[in-house]
Amino acid sequence: MLKGRHLIDPMDFSVEEIDSILDLADKIVENPEKYAHACDGKLMATLFYEPSTRTRFSFEAAMLRLGGKVIGFSEPNSSSVAKGESVADTIRTISCYADIAVMRHPKEGAPKVASLYSEIPLINAGDGGHQHPTQTLTDLLTIRSVKKTLSNLTIGLCGDLKFGRTVHSLIKSMSRYENNKFLLISPKELKVPDYIRKEVLEKKNIEFKEVERIEEVIDTLDILYVTRVQRERFFNEEDYVRLKDSYILDMKKMKMAKEDMIVMHPLPRVNEIAYEVDSDKRAYYFKQAKYGMFVRMALIMKLLG
Amino acid sequence: MLTINSIKKGIVIDHIKAGCGIKIFNYLNLDKADFRVALIMNVESQKLGKKDIIKIENVIDLDYTVLGLIDPNITIDIIEDEKIKNKIKLKLPSKVVDVIKCKNPRCITSIEKYVQNVFYLVDEAKGEYRCQYCDEVHRLEEAKV
Ligand SMILES: [Zn+2]
Repeated sequence: MLKGRHLIDPMDFSVEEIDSILDLADKIVENPEKYAHACDGKLMATLFYEPSTRTRFSFEAAMLRLGGKVIGFSEPNSSSVAKGESVADTIRTISCYADIAVMRHPKEGAPKVASLYSEIPLINAGDGGHQHPTQTLTDLLTIRSVKKTLSNLTIGLCGDLKFGRTVHSLIKSMSRYENNKFLLISPKELKVPDYIRKEVLEKKNIEFKEVERIEEVIDTLDILYVTRVQRERFFNEEDYVRLKDSYILDMKKMKMAKEDMIVMHPLPRVNEIAYEVDSDKRAYYFKQAKYGMFVRMALIMKLLG
Repeated sequence: MLTINSIKKGIVIDHIKAGCGIKIFNYLNLDKADFRVALIMNVESQKLGKKDIIKIENVIDLDYTVLGLIDPNITIDIIEDEKIKNKIKLKLPSKVVDVIKCKNPRCITSIEKYVQNVFYLVDEAKGEYRCQYCDEVHRLEEAKV
């Protein structure tokens, strides 16, 4: 039962609980009208301590499409937060007004602190570079909708694997399903952190390989998950020049990929996917955004019971 | 030869890594003690090469958690009638509340001061703890006790 629970870390929910959210999301995708009044009379508070229009709109659209209403702030400067109110006091107050809350905060662990004081279900909508569990749910729903399974897949993760929280969460989540393989494509300065390699992949005996170029592995992939690599992440200019083109996905590379591979990206992109790829049927990053709204609808319904 | 009388009733903190004795001495506020206390430094030790020892002629309450965090290899002997009545072996606690501080400047504990610092042991051999809020891993030797 997910009623009344918080979602702070993607690992807070069991595989069965995540599957139940994805199942409900599938039903909403099929017949959204049926759920148009699922949350009539319910109120969601969006507490955005840093602006993130994309994520906030996704949550607000989700609640409004369920028939619920939304209150909140997107600029801490204009609220009581600016007067120095603590996260604990803010959530205690909001608990008196709303039925569910969504929090985005620049400090890591802020939603965790809030959840300790919250009387209503709380969803973490991103805490600094730490966790962003609804992005992970979005990724899982996208993969499952297209591939019809979350098992037996070869997943390539490409770009900044060191600081990319969406990548870490996706590896952790997908490693809970059977027989998935990971190809970790990054410059050596931006490899996945040790704890992911040791505590997740090696501990669970999961097949993975670390490479530097997309071309080396793209023909084997079922999914290519691209994230940003910024120039300033490289330790020296030489490496950047040597590798910069190998991190831009273009049609030349897409020609080497399987016919049914899908390309995903948490967005916004900068230049790591060439615009020419957008019209390829394997490009799923904009559809991903739509799945994001549906999965949030399902999550809100589950937490409100 | 430096001799220190054995104690009748009290506590001997032994096998302290050489140099750490003063840390424990200060942590326990033994400089303000009005009973007999000895801090003995650089004693030859088969196990450690050199070690520190603290002898306390009194029965005081020790916070074993904190001592374990400072140095999990130390042993504590409870003395009664000049004999060791009880030997306590320390180990790293699985959960530590409000003893070490999270050093991650992006952590919520850096700005919200009412939040307790809570850490969970992740690697006993390496002495690594993970912050409950931001998941940053701290090595004990780097952590401030
Ligand atoms: Zn922390």
